Amino acid sequence: MLQLRDIHFSYPSRRPRETISGVSLEIHAGEMVALLGPNGSGKSTLLSLAIGALKPDRGEVLFDNQPLAGFSRREVAQRMAMVALQGDIRFPMTALEYVLTGRFAYTNAFGFDSPRDVEIAMQSLSDTDAAQFANRRFNQLSSGERQRVALARALAQQPRLLLLDEPTANADIAHQLSLLDLVQELTRERSLGALIVTHEINLAAEFADRVALIKDGRLAACGVTRDVITAELLSGLFETPLFVDRHPQSGAPRVFWMREPRKMVIKSNGN
Amino acid sequence: MNVETLIERDSNQSFGGSVKSYLTRRRALIVILALLCALFGCAIAALATGSEHIGAGQLFPALISKLTGTASPLSREQDVIIFSLRLPRIGLAIGVGAALAIAGAAFQALLRNPLADPYVLGVSGGAALGSIIAIIFVSELSYSRPLFGFAGAAIVTLIVYRLGRREDDPAHLVLAGVVMSTFLSSVIVLLTAMADNVKLRNITLWLLGDLSSGAVEGLVFVIVAVAIGAAVLLTQSRALNLMMIGERDAFAIGVETARVRWVVHLTASLLTGAAVSAGGAVGYVGLVTPPLVRLAAGSDNRLLIPAAAIAGALMVLISDTIARTALSPRELPTGAITALIGAPVFIYLLLKSR
Repeated sequence: MLQLRDIHFSYPSRRPRETISGVSLEIHAGEMVALLGPNGSGKSTLLSLAIGALKPDRGEVLFDNQPLAGFSRREVAQRMAMVALQGDIRFPMTALEYVLTGRFAYTNAFGFDSPRDVEIAMQSLSDTDAAQFANRRFNQLSSGERQRVALARALAQQPRLLLLDEPTANADIAHQLSLLDLVQELTRERSLGALIVTHEINLAAEFADRVALIKDGRLAACGVTRDVITAELLSGLFETPLFVDRHPQSGAPRVFWMREPRKMVIKSNGN
Repeated sequence: MNVETLIERDSNQSFGGSVKSYLTRRRALIVILALLCALFGCAIAALATGSEHIGAGQLFPALISKLTGTASPLSREQDVIIFSLRLPRIGLAIGVGAALAIAGAAFQALLRNPLADPYVLGVSGGAALGSIIAIIFVSELSYSRPLFGFAGAAIVTLIVYRLGRREDDPAHLVLAGVVMSTFLSSVIVLLTAMADNVKLRNITLWLLGDLSSGAVEGLVFVIVAVAIGAAVLLTQSRALNLMMIGERDAFAIGVETARVRWVVHLTASLLTGAAVSAGGAVGYVGLVTPPLVRLAAGSDNRLLIPAAAIAGALMVLISDTIARTALSPRELPTGAITALIGAPVFIYLLLKSR
């Protein structure tokens, strides 16, 4: 469905250093791909490239084998939805109004939301367990609640591909699980594709079908979750000793760390 | 699932049932109609008040006779006062108020900054400078004032936008605008020093925001600008709703952000240029009317733009009526009254937003 082909990209201010160097990645319908990597490795940049907010210096982004650049923004929005952290909005706006903006790609420039738009928005809110926030001011919601409302807006776009930038950040553990459960259900039952950037390795290991590791703008590994979530690959990726065993229930890889003896010793004052 | 009842029930709990959580046709109509009624009432009252009071008993028959072309119950002088002096001035007040309020609402949404306003951003100053250049150097050219005003507004918008659009910091942009404003006022002072006495009087009066000099060409330009500007911005109102959340978001949800930015900038500059060249520097209208409307009727630009237009018209109409009647027969500058009303309202909004 979405193909990134040998993408090179550098921010004008940081040239000639490349933020993304030769990344190729494909996301198919019905699968969830997790993108893991250390801070500043280029994960969010890659998402921006995938949705067309940034243009690659070299390489191309294809959707259904057609160059992304050939689509209008509305056409892109009907195919892909992005969920990122949402800070305060400087104007009073309810959660339902926020979700209704997701219907933009299907509506005229002017006009009122049809009952169907409202129904889709409400359905999306209940899918993400956020229907009770519909009439609340967006700014009054906690950041975990905002994440659910933001995901609801993405669903209201009725996309075929979800791009999620740390969707579980700030969510409590119950909502982390239910959120990824929902995304997995969407991939399985409505055969959506999903690309998830996350720091929650164990959640990625449990839910993702495939995992891509990115470091310094290069793809370090990409493959089926069990093959990629290994102690060797992850320890190298994060430059920290990490260990992998199996989740007792699902058998999915489970990552844990061990404390090393402290390398730096705090010296006493000498008295 | 019955969505309507679900939402209705919820809103009864959280908002006391007064406001629905999204914009419906009914709510938009009610708000617009209520505002229109208020505007109509104020316009009639403004038409009747002044040094020559003309009661409703005479006013309505006179209006009807004017429309139907039958004999008017008014004397010749009264006829001149109503139809040649007061009516154009009321039209100008409505046009200027609507233009400034729409421009304010548009800038606020586009720049994601509730403090944005043509006055604060220096756009009014640019329009004023353009108009003054027109008055001093090319006053013989018809429509030179509005055209130069528009050009000045557009140029300043561009500069301030370039200077102030850094990251997500709203203060940056306002600061750039304030600096631009003070710079432009100094240029204006320098220019007025070059003007001869008659022109100087014109300029001084008009700088304070003065609708009494409102010539017909200004009125025509403002009304055309408001009609075009409101229509264009309404077609962008959904996109502006998204821009209010964030440009990256808007882009991801299908808005051609670069195009919207250009269209809205140009339109808001046109509106500011028209309003300032016709009515002078009338401040606070764009700053306080859109937030007040947002408080009462929500932030959705599909309703906000027309509603703020009418509210802005109301504000300037009331201010101008006070300006010409409070110390009658002396006249006060309209801009002084809008500032007297606007500043406390703005401080109230500022405190409330904490």
